[in-house]
Amino acid sequence: MNKRFSIGSLSLALILVISLFTGCKGGKKAQQDDITVDIKDKDEILQDIKQAEKIFQALPSPLESAMLIKSAGARFEDKLLNPVSNVNNYVTNKAMAINLGIYTCDLSFASLYEQTQLLIDYMNAAKKMADGLGILKAIEQSDIDRLEENINNSDVIMDIVSQTFMNSNSYLEDNGQPATAAMVLVGGWIEGLYISTQLVDMKDFNGNKLVARIIDQKLSIDILLNLLSGSKGNPAVDALMVQVGKLKAVFDKIRIDTSPISTEFDQTSKTTMLKSEIKTDMTPEVFLELSKTVMEIRNSFVI
Amino acid sequence: MRPVRTLVLVAIFVIAQNGNVNAQCKAFAKRDCLPELASYTHDGNYHAAVLVEGEEAELYKTFYSDMDYRVAIVGDEKLPAIEYRILDANKNVLYSNKENNFAKTWDFKLQSSQQLKLVVKVSSFNKPGEMPASGCVAIMFGFQLKK
Repeated sequence: MNKRFSIGSLSLALILVISLFTGCKGGKKAQQDDITVDIKDKDEILQDIKQAEKIFQALPSPLESAMLIKSAGARFEDKLLNPVSNVNNYVTNKAMAINLGIYTCDLSFASLYEQTQLLIDYMNAAKKMADGLGILKAIEQSDIDRLEENINNSDVIMDIVSQTFMNSNSYLEDNGQPATAAMVLVGGWIEGLYISTQLVDMKDFNGNKLVARIIDQKLSIDILLNLLSGSKGNPAVDALMVQVGKLKAVFDKIRIDTSPISTEFDQTSKTTMLKSEIKTDMTPEVFLELSKTVMEIRNSFVI
Repeated sequence: MRPVRTLVLVAIFVIAQNGNVNAQCKAFAKRDCLPELASYTHDGNYHAAVLVEGEEAELYKTFYSDMDYRVAIVGDEKLPAIEYRILDANKNVLYSNKENNFAKTWDFKLQSSQQLKLVVKVSSFNKPGEMPASGCVAIMFGFQLKK
């Protein structure tokens, strides 16, 4: 390979080639006057690309978590939310990222239960976190104004909540801050789990739909750890991994057995049903341990 | 000194271009992928990246039995067809859009909650000797409460 390009790995060469092909065509000739780039054989490049595949770990978003709580028939309790008066306590990058996730979950929860004033208060709290993290245009005043104008239109509200959250996480992903993006998601997920566990009435434990949704979160714990391990070495992430590790140890006490999945296509709705039976086993004692562990983690986030 | 200066300029150029490409992916995802969710509520998560002809991406996600889901996977028009498969934990293929005319969306619901894996692959134009095409690929999920 040409020595002048030897600092670049193949990835750099590839990015350069992609960059040249995807934008700034006017500058291409001038670049060619100055440097010589060996373009590898296409098959060789494709081979290298295959080794560098992209892996996404998708946790339930705060909006999805809130929707799951509501669909399980849970009641709304504002005292479970992180008070907006705490907003000035969060000054570190980690605290602001986690509480952006927490406030987004809280505002999603408020929006689904049509708690209009709370929704606006929590949107302002989330905006403060996003602004503190330097996330440009995540939540703008115009979004809050639009929220106020459409306070009785749940479709528009859900659309605004979803869009503002996407603005935050896309900004962080696209600007090389995956650790911060992961912490936002962790905050939202833990808040959803905290609200769910607090809303379970132990007198109505067996057959409780909310308990079933909590058990389902075991399916996401490895996704969460994989998401965080992508930023291993970041002190804030390493500390979170220890906390999540404790949570995983409790989830590991819950058994989930699933039968093989079969598919059934419904011509009328054009929807495929994934059919499978599931057997789960969580004792009240394990639930209480889970609830306590989640509360400890969540409390460490919001103080 | 000239090679060093050139390299610095190239590095700045590459970083700037890559940032532009990423920003373009967000705009692309909003413009071309989000509308595919139609009446489903977008969950708010963002999964998009620049992929190159022949490249694969994987996504892991838990889906819940209370919801109806739509997945939308859309690639830049410069790219060849985007193939995707949905697999269960035992790697059984539950859906492949290749067998469904490369459909951009798939609607599904679950009898019980499951963690599924999506494998997305940019197919190939099969033009030996030419540089592989590249462009944004966006993956989005929409949900609604089960009807």
